[in-house]
Amino acid sequence: MIAPLHPNSVTTMAAVIAVLIVATVVTWILGRVRPGTKLEEIRKRVRSWWVIVGIFFVALALNRTASLVFFGLVSFLALKEYLSLIPTRRADRRVLLLAYLSIPVQYIWVGIDWYGMFIIFIPVYMLLVLPARMVLIGETEGFLRSAGTLHWGLMMTVFSVSHVAFLLALPESVNPFGGAAQVLFLVLLTEFNDVAQFLWGKSLGRRRVVPTVSPNKTWGGLLGGVGTTVALGTALAPWLTPFSRAEAMGAAALIGISGFVGDVVISAVKRDLGIKDSGNMLPGHGGILDRIDSLTYTAPLFFHYARYLHG
Amino acid sequence: MRAFVQHAFFWLVVRPIVTIVIGLNVRHRERLPPDGPAIVVANHNSHLDTLVLMTLFPPSRLSRLRPVAAADYFLRSRALAAFALSVMHIIPIHRGGAGRGDPLAGADCALGNGDILILFPEGTRGEPERLAAFKSGVAHLAKRHPTVPVVPIYLHGLGKALPKGSSLLVPFFCDVFIGDAVRVGDDLQAGEHFDHKAFTALLADRMTALESEGGFAPWS
Repeated sequence: MIAPLHPNSVTTMAAVIAVLIVATVVTWILGRVRPGTKLEEIRKRVRSWWVIVGIFFVALALNRTASLVFFGLVSFLALKEYLSLIPTRRADRRVLLLAYLSIPVQYIWVGIDWYGMFIIFIPVYMLLVLPARMVLIGETEGFLRSAGTLHWGLMMTVFSVSHVAFLLALPESVNPFGGAAQVLFLVLLTEFNDVAQFLWGKSLGRRRVVPTVSPNKTWGGLLGGVGTTVALGTALAPWLTPFSRAEAMGAAALIGISGFVGDVVISAVKRDLGIKDSGNMLPGHGGILDRIDSLTYTAPLFFHYARYLHG
Repeated sequence: MRAFVQHAFFWLVVRPIVTIVIGLNVRHRERLPPDGPAIVVANHNSHLDTLVLMTLFPPSRLSRLRPVAAADYFLRSRALAAFALSVMHIIPIHRGGAGRGDPLAGADCALGNGDILILFPEGTRGEPERLAAFKSGVAHLAKRHPTVPVVPIYLHGLGKALPKGSSLLVPFFCDVFIGDAVRVGDDLQAGEHFDHKAFTALLADRMTALESEGGFAPWS
């Protein structure tokens, strides 16, 4: 069954594809004029964007089930990447499998619209169940580290990300243009904010925000990025969200600032593990965690902002 | 018939598991031998190793791939033997030199046919995620076929996903690092002066170098 998208969502998707076409053409022309290795990275990045956007839009356009499967897969890949990077204990293999199994269950709560269960399943029940399973195995060495890192990963990759999916299930007062419109607004602004902060940081700003975690992040980049995101968010909000002008500015600022925090939190994790990229699934971007780092912060915050104001 | 069953098994079972449940990070793919005869050697931690190595090659090479596998293990029951021989297309080898005649005859013959051998010179899956000493079988094959490239491949993470003694597959991303081929003609003296120990040591060195490329923490 195909649930038709609101025309505003379709237009937004078309605009994103137009931007990708422009990016592809520009990098292709630049590659012709001035071949270089640095450009090759950007071209790879644009190619990966095509794949991400292609699959995301098709899933969103099909129906809610396809969208839930898509976000469940994103959670699965992110959790798998996380568990492959952190030190895990051999004794915990069954516990890890249990953690993986919580992914379909969490998205089923979204699918059947059970908000109460959705919001406590991982923070409460998985928090209690995973260490209980570990106790049954009986290995106490490294117990706390293992229980802590596993649950933190589950919160970031499954609980947080599933909030994007639950936007689809919110009532019409929050979603006047359909759930897909809110999802587009959140994901588009989050990713746009990443790019805007990167570009602003390149062109201005010297004072670093968190020098020991991410030396490339400057105050100029952060403020310029948030400013641009607020401008785009304010322009897009009447198309995709129920927000008034002031609410839209607040939502976009929330996405801009928390997106930055999500980015540097994952940076700190990577620095702790001594790695540069979380993986190489997405050429030019790194791993899946490198791509959804900011979304792990923006998704739950934006969700509760929208739900509190209009739910 | 074998080709059909083999392709069906790889497309319907192996490739989905390897790409979705596991997920590979392959480095230096260009170093894979494009065609046989060739010998691929890898460290051995899991039953998944052979399947992963077979998916690295294009489907058109599937019928050319011949895993060399322990006869005492894979031929122990009739059903397993049928699967190992016809679907996996293994070359059974008798461990511990207990066999009759030349233990490498099957492998020898396959190389003569232009096949790509898959070999685990550690001889067993052993301790998960730890390199063990190499046995000398590869050296004997290399001596007999001095022009055949011997490509070392380092696998990491599959021992975490499905270690020896477990039947529970837990998803992990796995690393596959392909090394430069050792060629007897270029790297060592062939013929009478061929030094088995030097060959095995060179191969082990390349494998250790690949392992250190990843800088992986030990698994405990």
